Amino acid sequence: MVGILADKDRIFLNIYGVHDWGLEGAKNRGCWNGTADIVAQTPEWICDQIKASGLRGRGGAGFATGLKWTFMPKQESERPHYLLVNADESEPGACKDREILRHDPHLLIEGCLIACKAMRAHTAYIYIRGEYVHERERLLAAIKQAYDAKLIGKGNVHGWDCDVRVTHGGGAYICGDETALMESFEGKKGQPRLKPPFPAGAGIYGCPTTVNNVETIAVVGTILRRGAEWFAGFGTEKSTGTKLFAGSGHLNKPCVVEDAVGISVKQLIEDHFGGVRGGWSNLKAVIPGGISVRMIPADQCDEAIMTYEDLQARGSGLGTGTMIVFDKDADLVKAIARAAYFYKHESCGQCTPCREGTGWMWRVMERMVTGEAEMAEIDLLLDVASQVEGHTICGLGDAAAWPIQGLFRHFRHEVEERITQYRARPGSYAGASIAAE
Amino acid sequence: MSVRRLAQVQPESFTFAPATLKRIKEVMGHFPPGRQQSAVIQALWLVQKQEGWVSEPAIRAVAELLGMATIRVLEVATFYTMFMLEPVGNVALIQVCGTTPCQTRGSEELLAVCQRRFGPSNHLTKDGKFYWQEVECMGACSNAPMAAINDYYYEDLTAESFEKLIDDFAAGKKPKPGSATKRQGAAPEGGPMTLVDPKLYDGSLAKKVKIPNLPGKPPKAAKAPA
Repeated sequence: MVGILADKDRIFLNIYGVHDWGLEGAKNRGCWNGTADIVAQTPEWICDQIKASGLRGRGGAGFATGLKWTFMPKQESERPHYLLVNADESEPGACKDREILRHDPHLLIEGCLIACKAMRAHTAYIYIRGEYVHERERLLAAIKQAYDAKLIGKGNVHGWDCDVRVTHGGGAYICGDETALMESFEGKKGQPRLKPPFPAGAGIYGCPTTVNNVETIAVVGTILRRGAEWFAGFGTEKSTGTKLFAGSGHLNKPCVVEDAVGISVKQLIEDHFGGVRGGWSNLKAVIPGGISVRMIPADQCDEAIMTYEDLQARGSGLGTGTMIVFDKDADLVKAIARAAYFYKHESCGQCTPCREGTGWMWRVMERMVTGEAEMAEIDLLLDVASQVEGHTICGLGDAAAWPIQGLFRHFRHEVEERITQYRARPGSYAGASIAAE
Repeated sequence: MSVRRLAQVQPESFTFAPATLKRIKEVMGHFPPGRQQSAVIQALWLVQKQEGWVSEPAIRAVAELLGMATIRVLEVATFYTMFMLEPVGNVALIQVCGTTPCQTRGSEELLAVCQRRFGPSNHLTKDGKFYWQEVECMGACSNAPMAAINDYYYEDLTAESFEKLIDDFAAGKKPKPGSATKRQGAAPEGGPMTLVDPKLYDGSLAKKVKIPNLPGKPPKAAKAPA
């Protein structure tokens, strides 16, 4: 067996697009099977089952999904309830939702119906990132199939009216944040809102809204079909279930794969991703959950396991479960400088620490790459990073600070060497630039 | 934050093509009454599909159609980087992902190819055929490096296969999107190592299942209100 999960326990059976993505193919793989029996249950039963399964949000934050759903009002009122599915996958390293959207879209649509029932909503909107044009076309085609077969829509065979609509973004990473997503959904700039009010109280159009990641919603049908205890049987007590993992960077066979949460970093890389380029001993560092978590150095990768708690204890995080791997030839300073540029580009400009800080950090990082920076600037950079972290409305400020903090926590000596070398080069002395004029 | 401005030279006017207008009206219907502003990104995108870029008269037209203040549409058009605010190549708009996962797998070589063939980024080539830019993460990291050409993803590129792709576009061909190395989606090179159990696909999963953990009898209250 490759990895620690048997084929019979996988949820996404068409993740590579080998088989039919359409309704017939999906039904053949068990999707839409028993959905009517699930939808006939009370919202409380569905929420309790999801709670018992231990499912946590797959979009990065890892909040308990069943609990999140219970935050929605218990009574329907004149303000309709909404499910908003976050398909704005833009985190560097993350490319897992894309495979669901283009190859297994019916799992997502079925999940939308069940989740809508669980929170007494009759409309689900899927907000997909604008660049996923092919994925959007596929999803729209699948939704049309579901409407035509009366699986969703008004007066469908499942007995719970539920419209599933697709809308899209315009290429802004920030819209992956749930409040920015809601702003963008309403046709505004994607600038995050302050919380409270929380979305379950006042979300889109001021109505109760729950925002969930694509993968979170897509696994719901299978969890209820196979039982909460089946899902809870994988992983650890606090990190249960199966999950999509993706690998990129210096791997022999980068790919997307489903495995049980709790697989070790080493086994994931060796079994599924074809190993590190140049062998395990050539590993330098891993960013385990998309670029906005801190990296872990190679010596910790022997024991690290892919769970929320283990990676958090190492100062990193499971995030989206999509790892970027660096081998010994990698220029980590350059890689993080590029990440800093990404955050500078994607800051929405609303909060000053982030708007000014991301650009400042990027410029200093660029000088660290060449070694031009002053030695004292390392501590200054870390100080600025800590000033950005936690001082912004949304998490982008934190996300911009963490990769830099991770780099200096484990590889500060590399930057110091680079600065020393730059200073030691011929013709480098105080006043050199004045003398040259 | 990226600073984006409208093009200096703007067309006199803009008219919706019938197909564009029909589709915009359709998506407006997906939102509750009075909430048609939610369709603004989709409307601007459809305009861009029609014209190749988003001009100032088009922004005004969208504002009028959706009943929004022009400044609100202008904000959206300049905030979201997918909207091209100046004319792009009539043969290909090439967007090369340059973010860290692609960078570690050689996107700099692709950027160098563009630089050599077309000159500086974010400029229309002299013949009006090509326009290229470096973009941030496109969400296809396991198939890095990649480029989106005219909206569709071309993955697992090398400098050579990328050059060939550009040659094909220049020759008026329409290369098939996807992996340049013929990988199956995001499966590992050489074919999937998981999902090989034939029992998953023989129809046995479509047989009626009994949902576990159901309460004794589904309570009547669970029925949907019409």
